[in-house]
Amino acid sequence: MTATDVPQTVARGMGARLPRKEDARLLTGEARFVDDLTIPGALWLGMVRSPFAHARIGNVDASAALAVPGVRHVFTGADLRDGWAAAMPCAWPVTEDMKAADHWPVAVDKACYVGDIVAVVVADSRYAAVDGVDAVEVDYDPLEAVVDLEDAAGDRVVIHEGLGTNRSYTWTLVPDPDAVERAFAEAAHVVRERYLQQRLIPVAIETRGVAAVPGVYGGDLTVYSATQIPHILKIMITATCGVPEAKVRVIAPAVGGGFGSKLNVYAEELIAVALAQRLGVPTRWTEGRSENSVATIQGRGQIQDIELAADGDGKVTAVRVKLLADMGAYMQLVTPGIPLLGAFLYGGVYDVPAYSFECTGVFTTKTPTDAYRGAGRPEATYAIERAMESLAREVGVDSAEIRRRNYIPSDRFPYDASSGLTFDSGNYEPTLDRALELVDHDARRAEQQRRRDAGDTKHLGIGIATYVEMCGLAPSRVLASLNYAAGGWEAATVRVLPTGTVQVVSGTTPHGQGHETCWSQIVADKLGVDPDSVEVLHSDTAVSPIGMDTYGSRSLPVGGVAVGMASDQVLEKARRIAAHQLECAEDDLELVDGELRVKGTPTKAMTLQAVAFEAFSAHDLPDGMEPNLVGQVTYDPPNFVFPFGTHAAVVEIDEETGGIELVDYAAVDDCGVQVNPMIVEGQLHGGIVQGAAQALWEEAMYDDDGLLRNATLTDYGVPSAAEVPSIKLDHTVTPSPTNPLGVKGIGEAGTIVSTPTVINAIVDALAPLGITDIAMPATPERVWAAIREAREGQA
Amino acid sequence: MNITLSVNGEERSTDVEPRRLLVHHLRDDLGLTGTNIGCDTSSCGACTVLMDGESVKSCTILAVQADGHEFITIEGLAATARRDNGDPGALHPMQQAFHEQHGLQCGFCTPGMVMAAVSLLKENPHPSEADVRLGLEGNLCRCTGYHNIVRSVLAAAGELPESEEVRA
Repeated sequence: MTATDVPQTVARGMGARLPRKEDARLLTGEARFVDDLTIPGALWLGMVRSPFAHARIGNVDASAALAVPGVRHVFTGADLRDGWAAAMPCAWPVTEDMKAADHWPVAVDKACYVGDIVAVVVADSRYAAVDGVDAVEVDYDPLEAVVDLEDAAGDRVVIHEGLGTNRSYTWTLVPDPDAVERAFAEAAHVVRERYLQQRLIPVAIETRGVAAVPGVYGGDLTVYSATQIPHILKIMITATCGVPEAKVRVIAPAVGGGFGSKLNVYAEELIAVALAQRLGVPTRWTEGRSENSVATIQGRGQIQDIELAADGDGKVTAVRVKLLADMGAYMQLVTPGIPLLGAFLYGGVYDVPAYSFECTGVFTTKTPTDAYRGAGRPEATYAIERAMESLAREVGVDSAEIRRRNYIPSDRFPYDASSGLTFDSGNYEPTLDRALELVDHDARRAEQQRRRDAGDTKHLGIGIATYVEMCGLAPSRVLASLNYAAGGWEAATVRVLPTGTVQVVSGTTPHGQGHETCWSQIVADKLGVDPDSVEVLHSDTAVSPIGMDTYGSRSLPVGGVAVGMASDQVLEKARRIAAHQLECAEDDLELVDGELRVKGTPTKAMTLQAVAFEAFSAHDLPDGMEPNLVGQVTYDPPNFVFPFGTHAAVVEIDEETGGIELVDYAAVDDCGVQVNPMIVEGQLHGGIVQGAAQALWEEAMYDDDGLLRNATLTDYGVPSAAEVPSIKLDHTVTPSPTNPLGVKGIGEAGTIVSTPTVINAIVDALAPLGITDIAMPATPERVWAAIREAREGQA
Repeated sequence: MNITLSVNGEERSTDVEPRRLLVHHLRDDLGLTGTNIGCDTSSCGACTVLMDGESVKSCTILAVQADGHEFITIEGLAATARRDNGDPGALHPMQQAFHEQHGLQCGFCTPGMVMAAVSLLKENPHPSEADVRLGLEGNLCRCTGYHNIVRSVLAAAGELPESEEVRA
């Protein structure tokens, strides 16, 4: 490497806007998603799903299906029941007395939601499997659906009879009950609000899919799945299907988005494995889109009651929250724990002395809920950021001022929150100032007033919201205290191969986040090599046997940090080898231009490649040193990381139609040190639109019979490019003191804060009409009706 | 039924069931798996290909209706660039723009999005941002929020204004 290469290497390391290494194969169709794989001899699976939300399963008549050309077998829940080693896993029983029914991959006696699998067709082809599914005749005895959360909690109809109730658990976090009581008793202002978090369909553009290739005569059972969690899935295949873990290999090939919906262990994965083992041939299944809407987990689904106590100046003195959370029909992998990921954050970015949180999880006859981008934290942020607007109205100050009065001061970090967490670092007010500037706040306010004075029917609204989130899941001991079954560490191996290529093995499982690029940049920075000389291996349990996978904005602050630490180990060992061979002290060596040089004598130097080759040949290593230049780390973070920021939205509402146009959106975020700002921006852009979609367009709409009315993409409102504006971004950098890279996660931040930002803008626009709330999604119908009702009230 | 399509410049003859969708024919019969399937209602556009030079959703066409027509898929787009540039790693200018502007994340919608964008610029070589947003309405992406996709298409058209990104 020549001296002129140095600036380029540095420029392509940490902090560089390096175009992604992942792109070319995805841009050319070369990448292989599960459904792209050619698997000789594979039989296709088709799932017969309950069309009823709640029904006893009677006779299943497969005769017509078996007569369909290409259909080989039909299996019912009863046929497969004795083959399972255990029921489907729930890794997060949040309380010791949590109630949950056994969840079998194929339902046996009863279907408990539309989409529950009641039989499986095995066929020669994709088309024959569909034909077979259509031909299976199932006798159902329909029971009453349980759709409404409060109705569910009232046990009018108990879904899982053996539990005796639909109420699964109540989890509380009240560190000092007396302080909360006192604060409300002494409050000058009290705000009480109820918010509804509608259910959302995650809609990764790639639906799920799985292929299981059995190793009948001692080979490995290889499972290809569109999953975020190959490592966890591997363990769960052993637990549920009884295949020894040594015989299971799980590969997540190219995965087309997840957003939490692929952070699960699904019935179809286990069915594919069980039937591949039973039949001795490969099996495969690809989910249809309408099927995805009912068969893949949904997000949100909460009734939130939040109360704020405040003194005369509007300084919040206590927050009290009660949630009713919709589990759906069964507990999936982490269903019960999702509200807990928000449990600590209902005080938001504010210095709240007293805190009370309670959540009751209830079963309904709907698709199970589970992690969806943000998972618990968007719900918490929504509630506090909406309630702060109510408090501002109550106190008689504007949205910015109420926040300024309550922000945790920047000199209080690390900050011990009354909810029990320690926020690592933060400086909130500058993000507010900058966000207001980016949307030209003062001019917008003047325009808003001008329109109001003129009686304009196009109302302008400006909304802001500030967030802090806990991510980087997670310190294992904290997970233990929350009764989560696993740890939250991440593993990384960094090896310098004899040719000089640096090989990184990571336990994270990227599905769009760009880990290959970012991990290369971290290593490049640490070892002084070019990112192009770094190879990143992941997502295959035979290549990366140890890992905790990708979710909860954890990959960089846990997995990336592990990569950095493993690189440090490599450098340390390289230094020892070089010192030995150059006959100098380790302290006399410096890393310059990808070489270890003797300070003051630059001609005495070894390139990293030369050191790696010495480590490989092992002819002349220091006494007692193992061959090969390898660093290996399993990093368990000491704390979560706490990204933050302020977003601002401007909306225009047409009173005649109720139509809302998002005319401006600015985001000022702080995720600590940025490895690749281009990727950070991309995560924010996508997250912001996903959160805005909850505010404006998306809802899984169930009717009283528990039928999902908008299962297709023509009916479910995923926004297109035409519905959203360009987004203005800026950032501040407040490094996390928790980890040596100073990084925080950014995958969920946009989604966490954009929902209340947009709704606050809508409510702001309609404030002169006395409107203080609008249900999500704020569709034109709803907005039009709210305006009409308000006008009638005024008349 | 026997059908013959020109796909990426090659004649391909196959027997297909009358009900077979073009997208399944491309993927399962011809092995061109770059064209993806993201829905069942012709809503998402992941399966967009060029038919006689115009973008179509290959899930809305039966393979038998495609008989005698000319198709370019995402694989063909790069192949053209490789041939024209003599560089085995060459990308089509639209693919290159998506790479440079970070117009893709998971990459699943990307082949369809790129094909739709190529067709859009053919119809309107100098689109405004609004033209691009409207022109790509039939293609859904869940990762990017479209911001960088729009910039990619504008960049490919030579119409990218000074960056809207604000630097701290």
